Amino acid sequence: MTPLLFADITIFVLSLLVGFEVITKVPATLHTPLMSGANAIHGVVVVGVMVLAAVATTPLGYALLLIAAAFGAMNVVGGYVVTDRMLAMFRREEKRP
Amino acid sequence: MSAAMSAFDTTVHIVYLACAVCFVLGLHLMNTPATARRGNQLSAVGMAVAVALTAVVLVHEGVITGVAVAVLGTGLAVGGLAGLLTAQRVKMTSMPQLVSLFNAVGGGAAALIAFGDAIHQPDLSTLPWRITVTTVLDLFIGGLTFTGSLVAAGKLAGRLPGRPLVLRGGRVVNVVLAAGAVGAGAFYIAGYGGVLMLCAVTAAALILGVVMTLPIGGADMPVVISLLNAFTGTAVAMAGFVINSTPLIIAGALVGAAGTILTKLMADAMNRSLASIIAGGFGTGDEQSSVSSPAGGNVREIAVDDAALQLAYASKVVIVPGYGLAAAQAQHELVALAQALTDRGVEVSYGIHPVAGRMPGHMNVLLAEANVPYPQLKDLEEINPEFARTDVALVVGANDVTNPAARRPGNPVSGMPILDVDHARSVIVIKRSLGHGYAGIDNELYLDPKTAMLFSDAKVGLAALVAGVHAYVA
Repeated sequence: MTPLLFADITIFVLSLLVGFEVITKVPATLHTPLMSGANAIHGVVVVGVMVLAAVATTPLGYALLLIAAAFGAMNVVGGYVVTDRMLAMFRREEKRP
Repeated sequence: MSAAMSAFDTTVHIVYLACAVCFVLGLHLMNTPATARRGNQLSAVGMAVAVALTAVVLVHEGVITGVAVAVLGTGLAVGGLAGLLTAQRVKMTSMPQLVSLFNAVGGGAAALIAFGDAIHQPDLSTLPWRITVTTVLDLFIGGLTFTGSLVAAGKLAGRLPGRPLVLRGGRVVNVVLAAGAVGAGAFYIAGYGGVLMLCAVTAAALILGVVMTLPIGGADMPVVISLLNAFTGTAVAMAGFVINSTPLIIAGALVGAAGTILTKLMADAMNRSLASIIAGGFGTGDEQSSVSSPAGGNVREIAVDDAALQLAYASKVVIVPGYGLAAAQAQHELVALAQALTDRGVEVSYGIHPVAGRMPGHMNVLLAEANVPYPQLKDLEEINPEFARTDVALVVGANDVTNPAARRPGNPVSGMPILDVDHARSVIVIKRSLGHGYAGIDNELYLDPKTAMLFSDAKVGLAALVAGVHAYVA
């Protein structure tokens, strides 16, 4: 095992534990926004797509890049916007017209 | 890591770390409704910085071709716009299928990263395990999530039938596909077959996603979509290993953990093991028309006027909404009823089971949209002690989650956490018929002498109750 792999695995395992710890406390009321918010966070895949763009040099590579970029951007933008819309509806007080 | 990093690299790593901190703090702020929105916004800021920073790195490295810049920009613009428009326009009742769709494309993008990386490698047979193993895992999990989430979205949207589609020999097909994927993956890791083997893994994963999701019933969807969400997180983390990107590993692992916990919470709340849900084959939650009378005991029926009178003169009412309410899209009528009662000085709150609705916690979002203040939304632990002080428990479209039989061993709902509506002084159930819930057993609550049944569609019945309550306002 290389030091690089070991560092990556350490980060992966500790992030899993942080995820478990942070999520366990969320009340059932917020489970849908939480899931949608988590869904937006894995939109970080768009960063990976950008890294992939640096090595793309063939027509097939460009085609894959196009689809991946569209998919990733849809995930990240849509995920954050719909989560924000949902959370904006949660009010403490009743809004009477 | 022995060589010292340049100042540029150091800055890049520190800023990526700050972005990861934003994701964790953002999730942490989602612990309470008061700070949840700020949490999501913090997370979004972290994401925007990560994307901008990656663009800076691409320019700094200067190896990206002009064509790649154009292709990347086009893809990002098209996908971003599509995501923005659909997210802004979606109705809250249709939101579960949109989240499922976003999950599908996220998983698809993660798989494409591994594939795109592989086709640009000069020699696949000499790659280290760190890359080959994670490439195979990324393609398998990402591919399975892509088609699985699309099927789930189709079921939630009603484009595919919500009832379980059991394929004959489906389980054998699953095993063969999984074995094929493992075999092709092992060959690739061993250095044989190259891209061809990766195609085999991907194809098997894509088919497996469809075959595994089709037999799962509509009522189990909250569990399935949270499981698929966890899968996408894991696929993204694997993509992070493949291209050696720390932000992907951190964020992917966070989401993988979050999705896993939610999945477990949902499965526990439905009293189902994850294995039995994936095995599929029962439970749609959609059956509302079947009429069958529970054996023995009498069911007491109540007229709308009598029910309205009972509610109007109660001092404390707890409303228990379920899947049927979401299916009938009657949440606005429900809130109008609660408002009419509150105006008369009745104390109204909502008891919400964790799996009510079409995704985890969906009912809370539907009621928040209908303008219910969140302090009135009570979860299981919070509301159960209150039923003893409740005059009327009003059950709308919920079934198994109110069945007292869950407290006894030896039946399909045994051990399932339920809402203790039978502890209230009286119970009114709005329901179309005496049909079964997804567990397929009689609800003993309906035979309780305290329980009165108001046979009606949720939307129609609630509207009639609102009119009835208004009639008593002097």
